[in-house]
Amino acid sequence: MDVAREEVLARLRSARDAGAPPTPVVVPRKYRPAGRYAPGSAQAVARLDETLTDYRATVTRVGSEADVAAAVAAFLGSASGIVVPPGLPAEWLAGFVGEVHRDTPPLTVDALDHLDAVVTGAAVAIADTGTFVLDSGSPDQGRRVITLVPDHHVCVIRAADVVCSVPEAIARLDPTRPLTFVSGPSATSDIELDRVEGVHGPRRLDVVLVGALTRS
Amino acid sequence: MSVHPGRAAQRSRTVELGMPTVASDPHRHLRGTESFPAAAHKALADTQLRRNLGHATRTIRAKRAGVVSEVDDWEELRRAGEAIKADTMARLPELLVELESQVTARGGVVHWARDAEEANRIVVDLVRGTGADEVVKVKSMATQETGLNEALEGAGIAALETDLAELIVQLSHDRPSHFLVPAIHRNRAEIREIFLREMPDVDPSLTDEPRRLAMAARAHLRRKFLAAKVGISGVNFAVADTGTISVVESEGNGRMCLTLPETLITVMGVEKLVPTWADLEVFLQLLPRSSTGERMNPYTSTWTGVTPGDGPQAFHLVLLDNGRSNVLADRDGRQALHCIRCSACLNVCPVYERTGGHAYGSIYPGPIGAVLSPQLTGIDGPDDVNASLPYASSLCGACFDACPVRIDIPNLLVQQRAAAVDAHTRPTGQDVAMQAAAIAMTTPGRFKLAERALGVGRVLAGRKGRITSLPWPASGWTNARDLPAPPAETFRQWWARTHGGD
Ligand code: SF4
Repeated sequence: MDVAREEVLARLRSARDAGAPPTPVVVPRKYRPAGRYAPGSAQAVARLDETLTDYRATVTRVGSEADVAAAVAAFLGSASGIVVPPGLPAEWLAGFVGEVHRDTPPLTVDALDHLDAVVTGAAVAIADTGTFVLDSGSPDQGRRVITLVPDHHVCVIRAADVVCSVPEAIARLDPTRPLTFVSGPSATSDIELDRVEGVHGPRRLDVVLVGALTRS
Repeated sequence: MSVHPGRAAQRSRTVELGMPTVASDPHRHLRGTESFPAAAHKALADTQLRRNLGHATRTIRAKRAGVVSEVDDWEELRRAGEAIKADTMARLPELLVELESQVTARGGVVHWARDAEEANRIVVDLVRGTGADEVVKVKSMATQETGLNEALEGAGIAALETDLAELIVQLSHDRPSHFLVPAIHRNRAEIREIFLREMPDVDPSLTDEPRRLAMAARAHLRRKFLAAKVGISGVNFAVADTGTISVVESEGNGRMCLTLPETLITVMGVEKLVPTWADLEVFLQLLPRSSTGERMNPYTSTWTGVTPGDGPQAFHLVLLDNGRSNVLADRDGRQALHCIRCSACLNVCPVYERTGGHAYGSIYPGPIGAVLSPQLTGIDGPDDVNASLPYASSLCGACFDACPVRIDIPNLLVQQRAAAVDAHTRPTGQDVAMQAAAIAMTTPGRFKLAERALGVGRVLAGRKGRITSLPWPASGWTNARDLPAPPAETFRQWWARTHGGD
């Protein structure tokens, strides 16, 4: 028997009863379950563009999958070596002339440290907050470490994966997979509470938004 | 409020099995060495400190107000957050067992710790088992509370704090003074000096530009991260129904600690729980906007047990009581366990803004610290410095308005003052300092007026014992809701009567 476990649970049981509320707790869920705009709508994608940009990500909008390669290549510029997850669509890299390392078999941390950038997809993006979520079990997102060690992250987000609100995103995610919610490049507020970009995570974050272009 | 069931047993330090029990505090991280008024008096004399705090809290207050006003269902989110936490507390033992079984089913190992020493012993043994003599740490209040770094050091293991502000505190051999920004009391020029003095390979031409300072920290820690064998973290939210743990951060040092090492050891206070995955939809909205004043913080990591081929292949979760059962045993006081450590109440508190976090003695400072610390430690007698903490407030009510989970801190402060009087634990040892500091603690006229208003409030409350309106400055607070009638005499009035003069 685990003595500490039994003791902690016994204490918590008597405390739970001693301080029990007079009536059972009912959780009022009156907050908005969905956002202002429909998932994948032009307005949702436009709002995501704004909130991403506000937190210093650089955003390129393209009309269709066929235009992704050029946008990715432009972001990568003169990068010489990049890493991509095992299942990243090869078409996305068609415009890139440098060396592409697929993370299969998995690269070592040292190898990753010598690469210039990483290109991934995303599981879902949240327009209200300027966030995208990486699901490490997904073939176009990959192990957590590949989006952490390289200093430059290019993320391709499809309009169909853009929702407005946090609750809509949570509902789409699988909690048993390791997830990383990313909102802008690595930053700190620790010096006089001013946000300064660029600490341990990637210092440069670029996003390609695919589809749902507004008519202009 | 009646005196706690657990507290009476505790005062004699004989612990009955299964009784709610106060915290052990082997490294005095929950109690200072002097009473709040004495410590506050010194802090008030430090004009640099006041300037740093004033600047930082003004900045964060404006940012928070901006992003909160964007959310039109903010009040509904606060009410949901409050109720989810109340529900969690009402079912805490069952939910912890559920968490344990989920984590275990997914390859994690769960450990239980009754107190600080036990938690430290578990972690030290786990680290020893890996053969590592160095660990990387991401900011965790629970391990600060237990004094884990001291315990590791005692075992010959170096603990490297990787959060920028924690690193500043560690390098300057200082104590944290804020949840979110433990070095909030330092300005950029002071941070530059600390780096130049304490970082062995720092560029001597380092300027005090925040960007350059952040880069110096990056360079200092990079090799350590890439070579780390063991990471140690805290928890923001643990999800009972899935076994998922989440860590909310900004810099990416958390991701480094959670992803790169082979072994991850996570220490959580038992209250850091939510029942379901869907509950995160509430807290991931409330926390970032309340804490750094951002729509979302740069990085939030979630993981469940061990994932083959991705991240640490050994995961240990240490569940810590250390006084939380004592807090849970009080129907009202248990609200202090709802705290999600956003620090909004610190940032809006006129007393915190003037005294800073160190004056509270405990690593839990500010309004929430003033109610949480004495409940965790219990009050050992009239000379216990934590007995003075419920007086570290002008009861202006700003903390309640800012709190994303609606913890009624002013009410809890009033109740704990009453409890201290009931238990004859009024601080008497350090009285001279008390009077001097109380006067200077906040705008003097306002402080006195608030206290007097509370006396008047008792009359207004009449036989029902509830007050529905008070004159300014307490009016801002009673407008929001009723408060219980305060004890007949405020501390200040009691002081004046028993010591003559004001
Ligand atoms: S008491 Fe409320 S406002 Fe204060 S730190 Fe905790 S959650 Fe935030």
